[in-house]
Amino acid sequence: MQRSVKSRAVRQAINFCRSQHSKVATESEAPAEWKGVVGLEIHAQISTSSKLFSRSSTEFNSPVNENVALFDAAIPGTLPVINKACVESALLTALALQCRINPASTFDRKHYFYADMPAGYQITQQRNALANNGVLRFYVTPPDGKPYLKSSKLKQLQLEQDSGKSLHDIEGRKSLVDLNRAGIALMELVFEPDLSNGEEAASLVKELALIFRKLKTCSCKMEEGALRVDANVSVQKTNSTTLGPRTEIKNINSIRGVANAINFEIQRQIDANKRNERVVVETRAYDAQNKSTVAMRDKEEKQDYRFMPEPNLPPLRLAKGETGDKKIVSIDAILKRIPELPETLREKLMNEFDLVPIQAINLVNDEFLLELFYELCNQIENPNGRTVYGIIMIDLLSLLKQNSISYDKNPISTGNLLELYHLKQGRLISSHVVSKVMDALNQDPSKSAQKIVEENSWFLINDREVILKVCTEVVAENQKKVRAVLKGKKNSFGPLISAVDKKLNNQVDMQLARSIMEELIEKERNK
Amino acid sequence: MTIKQLSKELQDMTIAPTKLCEASLKRIKNSKYLNNFITISKELAYEQAQASEKLIKAGETRSPLEGLPVAVKDNFCTKNIRTSCASKMLENFIPTYNATVVQKLVDHGAVIVGKTNMDEFAMGSGAVDSAFGPTKNVWKTPSGHLKVNTFQGNQTKAVDAEEDWFIAGGSSGGSAAAVASGACVAALGSDTGGSTRIPAAYCGIVGLKPTYGLLSRHGLIPLVNSMDVPGILTRNVDDTTLIFNLLAGWDPKDSTTVQEDFEPIDLESDFNLRNITIGIPQEYHSPGIDAQVLNSWSSVTTLLEKLGATIVPVSLPHTKYSIACYSILNHCEVASNMARYDGIEYGLRSAEQQSTEEMFAKSRSQGLNQVVRGRVISGNYFLLSRNYENHFLQALRLRRLIANDFLNVWANGVDLLLTPVTLGEAPRFSEFTLKDNREQCATQDYCTQPANLAGCPAISIPTQLSKNGMPLGLQLLAPNFDDAI
Repeated sequence: MQRSVKSRAVRQAINFCRSQHSKVATESEAPAEWKGVVGLEIHAQISTSSKLFSRSSTEFNSPVNENVALFDAAIPGTLPVINKACVESALLTALALQCRINPASTFDRKHYFYADMPAGYQITQQRNALANNGVLRFYVTPPDGKPYLKSSKLKQLQLEQDSGKSLHDIEGRKSLVDLNRAGIALMELVFEPDLSNGEEAASLVKELALIFRKLKTCSCKMEEGALRVDANVSVQKTNSTTLGPRTEIKNINSIRGVANAINFEIQRQIDANKRNERVVVETRAYDAQNKSTVAMRDKEEKQDYRFMPEPNLPPLRLAKGETGDKKIVSIDAILKRIPELPETLREKLMNEFDLVPIQAINLVNDEFLLELFYELCNQIENPNGRTVYGIIMIDLLSLLKQNSISYDKNPISTGNLLELYHLKQGRLISSHVVSKVMDALNQDPSKSAQKIVEENSWFLINDREVILKVCTEVVAENQKKVRAVLKGKKNSFGPLISAVDKKLNNQVDMQLARSIMEELIEKERNK
Repeated sequence: MTIKQLSKELQDMTIAPTKLCEASLKRIKNSKYLNNFITISKELAYEQAQASEKLIKAGETRSPLEGLPVAVKDNFCTKNIRTSCASKMLENFIPTYNATVVQKLVDHGAVIVGKTNMDEFAMGSGAVDSAFGPTKNVWKTPSGHLKVNTFQGNQTKAVDAEEDWFIAGGSSGGSAAAVASGACVAALGSDTGGSTRIPAAYCGIVGLKPTYGLLSRHGLIPLVNSMDVPGILTRNVDDTTLIFNLLAGWDPKDSTTVQEDFEPIDLESDFNLRNITIGIPQEYHSPGIDAQVLNSWSSVTTLLEKLGATIVPVSLPHTKYSIACYSILNHCEVASNMARYDGIEYGLRSAEQQSTEEMFAKSRSQGLNQVVRGRVISGNYFLLSRNYENHFLQALRLRRLIANDFLNVWANGVDLLLTPVTLGEAPRFSEFTLKDNREQCATQDYCTQPANLAGCPAISIPTQLSKNGMPLGLQLLAPNFDDAI
C-alpha cells in the first residue's frame, strides 16, 4: 500500500516533468532563448476630497473646469499648500508596502510645455521621494496552471500632481482644456523590472488594487483613470544578463489590457530580434481593440525635464513618534492604521481553515464573499473551511451569477447557508443537492434549507444495499466501459459513477458509490 | 510728517480721507512725467477713502493706516485692479484676489491709489525695462511742465532734456518715486536682489527688505521664489516699522512663512548704541565704488562710534562669488516661473493657429521682453540635466557658503553690518542704458543681493546728498529674524 502511494506520486511527478518539458521543448524550437523583462510604473489618484496643493474638489464627472482653484490654473502669485490628508494616504500606502520612509522628502518641478499642464511644470518628487525600497508579494494565476508566489521590488513611491485633460477638435482645429483633474494628488509607484510576462504584471496590479481598496487610499477605478499603468518592456536572452532596448507602454487602463499589451509587446520584440531587426526605444500606446501596441508620435526625442527643487514648499517632514504638533504627520500613528492586508488574510485562511492557495486568493479578491465566509465560520464550531468555501464560492456564487443577482440582493440567508453547511458537512446531502436547494430558496427565500431537503427527500443515499443494487445494474449495462477500466483506462471509471448518481437522482454518497463500484469491478476481473 | 502724525490729523478730522485721497491722486497726475504709476485705481481708492471716513467718524479706526494713501508695486496681485508686472504678457490681467500683504493693507484701512511701475517681472535694477516705459527719479528731473516746454522748443535740446534725468533705480522704481514724490505715505515693493533698497537709496527714502519668511509672498508674482520678499518703502524708519508690524506674520497660503507667532517691533526712543557691535565688511569696498559713497560710509561709521557703538572690521570672504551665484539661481527660477505664461489660462495669446506649440512660442516672444527671454534661455540651459550639477548645484553650495559667512559674523558677536547700498548716486538714463540689463544688474546688485541669498533683513537708509544733489544711502544688515534692530 505504502509503496503504491509513493509510486503514484513519483509517477505523477514524472508526468508533470514530462509535460513541462515537452511544453518547453515545443517553445524552444521557436523562440525559447528569449524572455520578457517587465517593470511597472503605476499612477494612482489618491482618494482625498481635495487636491494635493489646493482646496478644490476631486470629484469625477463634475462639469468642465468646475473644480479649479486659482492655483490649479497657475494664476500668477499663487503658491502650493500641501494637503495633509494626501500625505497621510501616501504614507499609509508606503508603509503597507513595507517601504523605507524618508523622514524629510522634497518636491521638484518637472518642466514641459503642455496645454493641460498650466504652470509649465509638474510638482513631483524626483530626487528625494516620500518612500523607497518597498516590496509587493502577490500570487500569479496563470491561465493554465497552478498559482505561484511572486514578488516585485518597489523602487520608489512619490507624491505628485495630476495634469488636466486636453480635448482636440481636429476639424475645428481647436484644443480645449479641462483643468478639473489638474492638481489631483497622485502616488507614483515605480517597480523594479523583475516581472517576466503580462500575467505577472496583471497579477501585480490586481494585488495592488486590492491593497489600495483595503487602505481606502485609491478608488482603483481604472475606467475613470484613477489607476493607470505604464509598462517598461524589454527582452533578454535567458543565458544573458544584458537587456534589450526598452519600450514604454503608456496609460494602460484595464487589468486585462495590462496582460495583453505586455504579452503582445514581448512577442513583438522577440519576433523583431528573430528577424534581426532593431527594437527602437520608444513610447507605445495600447490598442485595446486589436490587443496590440502602437508607436506614439510624440516624445520623438528624449526630453530633458530640467528638474529643479520646488522653492515654494519646504521639505515634507514626518515625525517618528507621536507629536503634539497637529501639522506634522506621525509615521507611528499611521502605522497603527494599517488594516490586515491581503497577503496576511490569505495566509490566515490557508493556516486556519486549511484552504489551498487558489481558494484563499479567490476569497480575498472578493470583499463581500470573504466577509460572508468569516460570518459563517464564526457561527460554526470547528468549521471545515473547504466546505464553507464550496458553499459560498461554488454554489452560492454560481446561483448569483446565473441569475444575475447582485450581492446586496442575495436571496440565501445566513441561516440557510449554515443549514446547508451542516447538511453537507454531516454528509446528509450531496453537492448537487446544495445547488438544488439554493435554486429552490431563490424561488422562495423564506423557506428553510433543511425543510426543502426533508420535503423532497433529497437526503444523501448511503444505504449500502441500495447503492450496490444500482451499481450492479450499471455494471451490467456498461460492459464496454467496465472492460476498458479493467484494461487500465482510468478515464472510464468516472462515467460509471455518474451513471450511478444519475440513477439515484444525484443524491448518492459518492465516496460510498466509488468504493462499491471498485469492489464490483474487481469482482468482474476475477470472473 | 510721519504716518502717526498724519493719522492723528485724520483722527482729529482736520483732514478727511477723501480729501487726502484726492490730493494724492492729484499729485500722481501732476507727477505723471515720472511715469511711476502703471495703473491708477481712482474709483476703488475713493471707495476705500469713503469707507475710512465713515469708520473714523464712527470712531472705529482699524489702524494708524486708516485712510492713508498707499501704492503697490505692479507685481502684487490686486483684486479687480490690473496687475501687469510691467509686461505685455499681463497687460490685461486683472486678478480675482489680493496678495496677502495687499489684503492686510486694505484690512488695516489703507487706501490703494495705484499700481507702480517696475522692470518687467522685476528683472532689472533701474526701473527702465518696463513695457510701459522707464520711471524717472523725482530728484533733479525736470517737471512735466518744463518737459512740455522743452519739447516745444528745439529738437536737440528736447533730446538732451529727455536724457538728462536720473533713473529711479529698480526694480521697484515706481514705488520709490511714488513715495519720494509725496503721492503716498508708503509703497509696497519687492526685493529679490536689491529691488527695494536700490531705488530707496536713489530716491532718498527708506527701503526695508525683511527677513525671508516674515512677510507672505502669496500673491506676489514671483521672480525668484527662494529670495523674493515684499519690501516696504517709506519716508522714515518709524513708518517702516509701523507698516512692517501690520504686514508680518504667518500666512497659511505661503508655506515658506514662519509659523511662530510674530511679535510686533517697538522702536525704543532712547535706543542705546553702547551695547551694539557694528561690523564693516571689507569685501564691500568693491572696485568702482564712488568716493562719495565711501565718504558717507566712513562718516556714518565715525558718527556711530562717537555715539557709543563698537565698530569692528569683518570679513565675508565669499562676497565676490555672490553675484555669479545669484545670477544662476535667479535665471533658473525665472526659467521655471515664466513657463506658465503660455497664453492658455490668462495673459497674451498670439493669434497663431498653426499648432499649440507655435501658439506658445509666438505668445511668449510677443509678450515677454528680451531681458526675460534671455534669462529664460540661460536658466533652462543651467537646468539641463548635463549642466545641473556644475551650475545649479554649485550655485546652491555657494549660496550656503555665503549664508555661512553671515552666520560666522553674527556668531562673533556682531549685531549689525553697515555697508553701501549702491556703488554711487543714481545714474543718468543715458549713462545707465550704455550697459545692458545683465551687466547693470551685476553692478547695481553687488551690495544688495548677498542679503537675499542669506535671507537676512536689510534696510537702506538715506544718509546725505551727493555733490550733484542726489541722495545717497547706506545699508544695515541684521541676523535673520532680528528685523527689530
